[in-house]
Amino acid sequence: MGRLLLVYRLAARDLRRRPAEATLLLLTIMAATTTLTLGLVLHGVVNKPYENTREATAGPDVVAGVAVPPERSEPVDVAGLRALADAPGVTAHSGPYPVVWTKLRANGRTVDGQAIGRDTAQATIDQPLLTQGSWVRDDGAVIEAAFADALGVGAGDAITVTGRSFDVVGVAVTAATSPYPEVSCLTFCLADAGVVWLTRRDARSVAPNATTVGYVLNLKLSDPPAARRFANSHNPKPANCAPGDACAEQSVPPILLAWQDIRETSADLVENQRRALLTGSWLLALLAVASIAVLVGGRMAAQTRRVGLLKAVGGTPSLVAAVLLAQYVFVALLAAAAGLGLGWLAAPLLTDRSAGLVGRAGAPALTLSTIGFVTAVAVAVAVAATVIPAVRAARTSTVLALADAARAPRRTAWLIAVSARLPVPLLLGLRVAARRPRRTILGMLSIAITVSGIVAALGAHADLNTPVTGSSTLDPSRADRLNEVLLVITITLVALAAVNAVFVTWATALDTRHGSALARALGATPQQVSAGLSTAQVLPALAGALVGIPGGIALLAAVDPDPTTTIAPLWQLLAVVLATVFAITALTAIPACISARRPAAEILQAERA
Amino acid sequence: MSANESMSRVGPVLRTRGLEKEYGSGEGLVRALDAVELDVASAETLAVMGPSGCGKSTLLHLLGGLERPSAGEVWLAGRRIDQLSEKALARLRRHAIGFVFQAFHLMDELTAVENAELPALLAGRSPRAARRRAAELLEQVGLADRAEHLPSALSGGERQRVAIVRALSNEPLVVLADEPTGNLDSAATLDVLRLLDSLRAAGQTLLIVTHDARIAATADRLVSMRDGTFVEETKLTHGTSGRLGELAGLEA
Repeated sequence: MGRLLLVYRLAARDLRRRPAEATLLLLTIMAATTTLTLGLVLHGVVNKPYENTREATAGPDVVAGVAVPPERSEPVDVAGLRALADAPGVTAHSGPYPVVWTKLRANGRTVDGQAIGRDTAQATIDQPLLTQGSWVRDDGAVIEAAFADALGVGAGDAITVTGRSFDVVGVAVTAATSPYPEVSCLTFCLADAGVVWLTRRDARSVAPNATTVGYVLNLKLSDPPAARRFANSHNPKPANCAPGDACAEQSVPPILLAWQDIRETSADLVENQRRALLTGSWLLALLAVASIAVLVGGRMAAQTRRVGLLKAVGGTPSLVAAVLLAQYVFVALLAAAAGLGLGWLAAPLLTDRSAGLVGRAGAPALTLSTIGFVTAVAVAVAVAATVIPAVRAARTSTVLALADAARAPRRTAWLIAVSARLPVPLLLGLRVAARRPRRTILGMLSIAITVSGIVAALGAHADLNTPVTGSSTLDPSRADRLNEVLLVITITLVALAAVNAVFVTWATALDTRHGSALARALGATPQQVSAGLSTAQVLPALAGALVGIPGGIALLAAVDPDPTTTIAPLWQLLAVVLATVFAITALTAIPACISARRPAAEILQAERA
Repeated sequence: MSANESMSRVGPVLRTRGLEKEYGSGEGLVRALDAVELDVASAETLAVMGPSGCGKSTLLHLLGGLERPSAGEVWLAGRRIDQLSEKALARLRRHAIGFVFQAFHLMDELTAVENAELPALLAGRSPRAARRRAAELLEQVGLADRAEHLPSALSGGERQRVAIVRALSNEPLVVLADEPTGNLDSAATLDVLRLLDSLRAAGQTLLIVTHDARIAATADRLVSMRDGTFVEETKLTHGTSGRLGELAGLEA
């Protein structure tokens, strides 16, 4: 008990002595835990609004659609669709309703749409719930709520469908298809094609010809949870059917979609955000390890004498290690708590704008597993970064520690030989970098992680902004939210990497103060010394940036479910490398200049004392 | 004739006028140097003696441009240097001044020869020329066989000899030595004294700060300091050649 109290006292006092460093540590780990919490709590967050909508609209268990492919010219055969209404397990149905692919015009913009012909009477299955106005009537259209939101129209406005003008009489939500702009699979699967309900007659009137009309049938099953099995058993099996083959002449079979699939598509946007956040949180956690390792390494160097004193008065190596570990674990626990709170509070900001569904996702619950996982990650980050310096400090000879002897630098003979042929700043920079290879590698990894994140975010951004073939994206809202998430992660990564670069430079400047002072006494100018210190950071940063480019492409390929990975344009990748080098040069110049300005005589005298 | 030689013919190699150095302010003001007037002729060996804290090292740092005076002037080879920029001072140190420190201040990760060639590399000499010069000097001080050793593998005397070689790397006008034997045992002290004496004999201008009277006795001239000022000056006319060990009290 006494030993625990001692560990607590020493750790707490050391933290209080350096509040700025403790705060930086806290913020660094908190960035990772907040992002991780966000990623974890978003899991399944959209289920609730979808299920509310399904209940409120008498949503179908299965939606079956049929349409003739554009290369065939005969009208669609609905016999297969009608037959499904009598299939075993089906208890009720609505439809078939005609579906027409159209061009909509509203507020000066023309976009793709799907006009569904409905009865003016209420349907027993899939009766869209009005959020504004009234249900369809002749010459009166009802627009899906998220689509209306993106178009900027509401009840009382006017739209044009395939050249014909309609009054918007209502706005409604449905569970039979995903809200705009998610992929809608009523007949063909289309992205960015919003739904408009018209009367059956009006819907047919906007079809250019009979072959462009598809049909959709809503089914209720006796066993709704088994909807996927039902859909799979009735969906056509894939076959290689070339034009001119007998099979190519057969009627087109209906395609069935279970309500669980629609729910997943509805959550696609949040799922993408969740994937981005989880990936970002791992990158941030790795970056946090690098930052803390550098910070702890620097602090250990400054604490050598304290370690010696502890050991001289009877502290065992394990006690010394425990004291050093305890303070970082304590900060990690605080950061985990703060990150869990912030992540939980921020989650609704990412899900609130689900206009196409009934009700908001609200603040998702923090489960015990989420709390445990986030806390474990925070502690693991602290321990991973601290354990090596702590064990090294614990093993340090008491006599050497009391004398505050600096840890011997590493000698890399080939690098020293190579550097002799280079200009003075490079000579000094390479030798400084070679003195502490672990710190140099940490600096390089930090930049590689950040650049990987940026490159992956740029790729995702490019992918989001690539127009879907045959579609005219009405509103960048789908891209906007994910872009916002990517931007926040990127900014956090860049901020952490910047802090890390300053940490590394400062730790290097402290570690090399003797060498720098000596170099100045021997004739190196302060500019050469500070340029050397900057070079020691810029060279690993350049290497890290170059490693980060393929790293980011690989990262995006690993986390993106889309088999084709979009790579950001070459100019953007080159700009990232150049910007990284410039940013590191600027960031490291400040601590390097401060360090190089300290009088050389003072440092050399201090070393003698 | 080298630039250093032409500079040295202008007058005293080193000159100070009214040199002052203060640290702190108000009640905490400490006057480390007070109106110091000094002339060091070319090829002269000057010893500066005094108790700890009397301002010897401060004087050395001001002469070498490592610190700036609070008042007064410092002249090196006829050129006033106390008003030069940091960059210009660094260039001056590179070519005209060699430092020898009590704590050796060798780079731990560099071998003896790599330490010795460092000033030449900083001065922009080719790696080959820098290495050749360092190797020659190490050979002259009897360390040819230790050239590839790290400082941790060298004795104190050997380390200081490497430091002296480093100071000579760029053929400086003046070598400023701060307690060069302060960290050495008797045998190593004798080695270093012999080396300094050979430098004196070769015409190298030397300014040695020490608090050891035996070291000071090997100089051409001795200046005693107390509380930041010169209190006494002695010409040592007998020289040290052949009597070094005896003077230093190390040999019978």
